[in-house]
Amino acid sequence: MAQITLNRRGFLVSAAAGGLSVGWSLPGTAQTAGGQAAASAEARALGIWVVIHPDDSTTIRIAKSEMGQGTLTGLAQLVADELDADWGKVRTEYVAPELNQSSKRAWGDMSTGGSRGIRTSVEYVRQGGAAARAMLIQAAAARWGAVPADCTAADSAVTHSASGRTLRYGELANEASRLPVPAMVALKDPAQWKLIGKGVPRLDTADKLNGAQVFAIDVKLPDMLHAAIAQCPVFGGKLGQYDAAAVQAMPGVRHVLAVGDNAVAVVADGWWQARTALEKLAVTWDEGPNANISSAMIADRLREGLTAHDAAVGHRIGDVHTAMQGAVKRVEGVYGTPFLNHATLEPMNCTALVTEHGVEVWVGTQNGDATLAAAAEAADVPLAQVKVNKLILGGGFGRRGFQDFTRQAVLIAKQVPGRPVKMIWSREEDMQHGYYRPVTQCRLEGGLDGQGNLTALHMRLSGQSILASIAPSRMENGLDKLAFQGLLEDEFGYMAIPNLLIDHAVRNTHVPVGFWRGVNHNQNAIYLECFIDELAHAAGRDPLEFRRALMTKNPKNLAVLDAAAAKAGWGTPTAPGVYRGLCQNHGFGSYTAAVAEVSVSDAGVLKLHRIVAASDMGYAVNPDQIDAQVAGSFVYGLSAVLYSENTLERGRIVEGNFDSYEVMRLAEMPKVETVLVPSGGFWGGVGEPTIAVAAPAVLNAIFAATGKRVRSLPLKGQDLRQA
Amino acid sequence: MVKLDINGQVHALDVDPETPLLWVLRDKLGMMGTKYGCGIAQCGACSVHIDGAVTRSCSLPVSAVSGKVVTIEGLSPDSRHPVQVAWLAHQVPQCGYCQSGQIMAAAALLAEKPQPTDADIDAAMTNICRCGTYGRIRAAIHDAAASKA
Ligand code: FES
Ligand code: FES
Repeated sequence: MAQITLNRRGFLVSAAAGGLSVGWSLPGTAQTAGGQAAASAEARALGIWVVIHPDDSTTIRIAKSEMGQGTLTGLAQLVADELDADWGKVRTEYVAPELNQSSKRAWGDMSTGGSRGIRTSVEYVRQGGAAARAMLIQAAAARWGAVPADCTAADSAVTHSASGRTLRYGELANEASRLPVPAMVALKDPAQWKLIGKGVPRLDTADKLNGAQVFAIDVKLPDMLHAAIAQCPVFGGKLGQYDAAAVQAMPGVRHVLAVGDNAVAVVADGWWQARTALEKLAVTWDEGPNANISSAMIADRLREGLTAHDAAVGHRIGDVHTAMQGAVKRVEGVYGTPFLNHATLEPMNCTALVTEHGVEVWVGTQNGDATLAAAAEAADVPLAQVKVNKLILGGGFGRRGFQDFTRQAVLIAKQVPGRPVKMIWSREEDMQHGYYRPVTQCRLEGGLDGQGNLTALHMRLSGQSILASIAPSRMENGLDKLAFQGLLEDEFGYMAIPNLLIDHAVRNTHVPVGFWRGVNHNQNAIYLECFIDELAHAAGRDPLEFRRALMTKNPKNLAVLDAAAAKAGWGTPTAPGVYRGLCQNHGFGSYTAAVAEVSVSDAGVLKLHRIVAASDMGYAVNPDQIDAQVAGSFVYGLSAVLYSENTLERGRIVEGNFDSYEVMRLAEMPKVETVLVPSGGFWGGVGEPTIAVAAPAVLNAIFAATGKRVRSLPLKGQDLRQA
Repeated sequence: MVKLDINGQVHALDVDPETPLLWVLRDKLGMMGTKYGCGIAQCGACSVHIDGAVTRSCSLPVSAVSGKVVTIEGLSPDSRHPVQVAWLAHQVPQCGYCQSGQIMAAAALLAEKPQPTDADIDAAMTNICRCGTYGRIRAAIHDAAASKA
């Protein structure tokens, strides 16, 4: 079992003018991201991304976070392809956030979210691989007295074409590391790719099969204590009084501590002891002004927003109001979706050690830079006195981009100086203190002409704005562009609609909101794609044909929709009792579409049979991992369709655990068929885009099966018997 | 003193008898492969075998353990249990956090039913995976069954 020890890292960095100096050596103590063996002493760094060992093994540095989405492997593929490395010799390690900090972010933005893991860093990490390859070729050419242009690289070796002489990368690394890093190297043409586009196995699987993978919750340190925490159940409330004396004598209990102004923690020898004492601890809370708020009150506010005048316009084409008046037929629908917790399977946790020298944390984070800053602030030390040990995440989905739990762990450890403290949130704490997917409602109105053509569409969103809550500086004159994901000109798939108005009435609540896998695409795609289906039905047209007519200006969206429809056999007979629904979306740089097949029994029991998902992400780095992400995103999205919902009573979240916040299990998993139609020329995201199409495809199929239009989620408890 | 036979080794431990087996494994014995996900027998992340039967260790007081315990660390000396082999071939894990429990549940299923049907798999594999690896879990179990046949 891997034991994480203190002071395990010893990077030698010299931040020379203009960046990192090349050739610094890397002691065998770097963070290993995939749990693989650390580097040997004579390893040589070629630039900042690649380290070559004497035995040719190659360490690729990863600045993004691995949370299951396969970014670690995908990024390594990009670098290794340009490097012409032997894939069997490739391993990875995380870049330490403090190193990124002290080198003026040489490794770029560490934030991992928005399906940006690959697409925003693809150019510079490939440059890193290509530069190292150029250095190795130059070193070989120098040895042979040849010109670099006469040398080629493949499988971690350089060959002199004319003489056939060969040198392995491990033999060249020392000399290559003394060469200047070329500023700009030509990247390979897609036709030359050997690893990009291949479904190579992940680099981080072995340790996930035998319990050896160390997640943050598994960190073990000498003299470590364990903390359980309780936060004010009402968001915005404060810690009042607590009776520490009553639990102080319980077995294993060491300390009872206030954490900031809204939480209390018990620190004990073991977590179970801490948790048991915390449950016995009498605490009063100062619940503040939100202690009466309920889901019903929030729903009323959002309903008011559906017709309010203070809406920010996100997308306008033509004149919807005039066109609507001229419509032969008008259709209206009001939809709604609830707050949702991320519920990563590994609950929030962080281990912190505060000493006179500074602070060190061990944590699963989606943003190493932000974790460093949060730890520094909580410990009240300069950034240079912080170390962040990034561990593999037991799920992220957007939740671990927030730093609340890191801050808390440091605030606790500060009160127990010299001893590491591992703070773990109980599942209940995790469920009730999230950054939830925002609650929203949407009123849609469409106008059809006499031939059943859509002449006007008005879509009014009402609900909480993520940016207004967490990044108000990104609001543009009251407009939260993010609230319109999938609906603005760059993503909206129906640009041929002649009159269009999409606006948003911002209705914030006291509940913290954040980025939940797929973010606002989730609900926006449900609203738009289900309503388009309603319009097709009202027009008496086939849902595919109806959409196609509106997609003449969106050929890429249409090609993907057609690919999904063709693969699913849209228009061909289904098994008896099985019905189809379809939809499309464009988000996070990728085009997606899905066709779902469902049946609903006479008793109203829904069965998901099959979902075909097509996507065009430009270039597919690892098709096998894309397939895994598509299926995984469907489970996440369909859990929300079927079961999941966070509700409020007396200002607090009602659900506490997976018994009340239900999620999908294996028995409900439909067959998922992935169709990849990468059209080239761009790098789209993978982790999130397809989540948006799972729900509307299923809801449209339920309508086809039952004639019932479900407009509010989740389905749990709704009567699906045929209308 | 509580006596526990874990992965063939007998431990005599001075713990509160009410402590769930999960926290004895993790905090007393430092065996971190068995995970905490919910604490109320809902998610299966804490699954171990007790005399071969899959058991959710978060909800079992250590004093109630009466058989031989096998954890993910003890499933196979070389990580070559047919379930682990199939899991690797199918590239099942994403984040990996649920996978100790999934593998223990699958191994217990195959021990009891060497050729499970889809319905058997549905009934036995009730562990939560938030990353959504269910499709590959099903395929890998069928594969592991075929390799043992
Ligand atoms: S932790 Fe035991 S079932 Fe979830
Ligand atoms: S692999 Fe992440 S929870 Fe299952």
